[in-house]
Amino acid sequence: MKYIDEFNDPELARRLLDEIRATATRPWALMEVCGGQTHSIIRHGIDQLLPEQVELIHGPGCPVCVTPLDVIDQALEIAARREVIFCSFGDMLRVPGSDRDLFRVKGEGGDVRVVYSPLDALELARRNPDRQVVFFAIGFETTAPANAMAVHRARREGLGNFSLLVSHVRVPPAIEAIMTAPSCRVQGFLAAGHVCSVMGTAEYPGLADRFGVPIVVTGFEPLDILEGIRRTVRQLELGEHRVENAYPRAVRDDGNPAAVRMIEEVFEVTDRNWRGIGCIPSSGWRLSEAFRAYDAEHRFDVAGIRTEEPAECRSGEVLQGLIKPTECAAFGTTCTPRTPLGATMVSSEGACAAYYLYRRMNAPAPQGVRPAAEEMNPVA
Amino acid sequence: MCLAVPGKVVAIEDGADPLTGLIDFGGVRKQACLEYVPDVRVGEYVIVHVGFALQRLDEESALASLKLFEELGLLEEEFGDAWQQAAREAGEPAPAGHPDGGSEAR
Repeated sequence: MKYIDEFNDPELARRLLDEIRATATRPWALMEVCGGQTHSIIRHGIDQLLPEQVELIHGPGCPVCVTPLDVIDQALEIAARREVIFCSFGDMLRVPGSDRDLFRVKGEGGDVRVVYSPLDALELARRNPDRQVVFFAIGFETTAPANAMAVHRARREGLGNFSLLVSHVRVPPAIEAIMTAPSCRVQGFLAAGHVCSVMGTAEYPGLADRFGVPIVVTGFEPLDILEGIRRTVRQLELGEHRVENAYPRAVRDDGNPAAVRMIEEVFEVTDRNWRGIGCIPSSGWRLSEAFRAYDAEHRFDVAGIRTEEPAECRSGEVLQGLIKPTECAAFGTTCTPRTPLGATMVSSEGACAAYYLYRRMNAPAPQGVRPAAEEMNPVA
Repeated sequence: MCLAVPGKVVAIEDGADPLTGLIDFGGVRKQACLEYVPDVRVGEYVIVHVGFALQRLDEESALASLKLFEELGLLEEEFGDAWQQAAREAGEPAPAGHPDGGSEAR
């Protein structure tokens, strides 16, 4: 069997697959909303190991991919300024803006730094009091506690040269938007494990009830994903729609209350644009009133930058699960990891990049054949 | 980006503010903020995302995850030099004037 020997416990993987096969009597469409899960699913060929009745739709779970184009353009504008040290996670370096990316800005002389933690950006602000240090605060709920802590401390220390360019997004409103779209085919969700490590599970029972969908909190290792699928399919076959936690080793029902308190102190819920999808009400966080002075969008007066997305890129349809990456005419031709049209081709958690790396010819690579070494790390 | 990597707390810094520990990720050691798991002890495992411990994890599953991450090259992706990775991907040399290593503040 393809791929299965690469699982860390092939025997358990086989048992889970057998059970899914024995359980599924009808077609079911499940969506994962976690870039790490998408990557894992394509890399390990999980979608191809499943019985044909079970389809996986890759939702908008990659924070790099859904950061809207106008925010990328704002970042590029700020990063090019002489007085600015612009700090970002490495994943964002090659995400295309309208006419360039952060990698290019650095090459043109902009002071762009890659940081591992937002606290590293804070340290840069302490050490460079005569420069403006801006941190590009993107991410889902998983990343929000870290970014919140950085600005919380900046205010406490009175670090006036530190600010955040914020584009935080939240999973539950995205699930709501997906379920209310007229074209929606999704019947069950794998909820993102590490999002729930922070937030817990309390936001999901209302969604499961309202839309009649099972929501199973799932990790992102291959066996975790199979277990999440098994539980979701079992609920669907039984006509149930509950929230289940299939990732209890890292997720408590109440999440991490200290982290949630910090998020709620620093951020407030706002409407947010998602790249390729558009505005989803209440789907983001921005700095709350008490921290507004640390908002780079206002400090550098870039709020007016508005950009249209290129029509050739169909990443929005990919992110909504309406098409598979291979159905886009640009896939693998004008759009590759080297010359990406959209962010889904840049991040290794983007569906297009994952398909390009592991399923370029619209077919699984023969066992033992791996992508060339230079293509193994699409994350910039 | 969604990745949270399990690691072992090998030291907790005396009196650091914010609370900070040294975490061993299968041989790679990095500092992480422990403010969100304030009662964690040396020898316990945590999952760490962008330099912040978010939850405790039992040793057995932490070790299994770490082994898998290493095999998949995910630790290199997480802790490697992002400029080199971006340059490889762009097919261009990395911009000059940045120190080696994943982060440039430490």
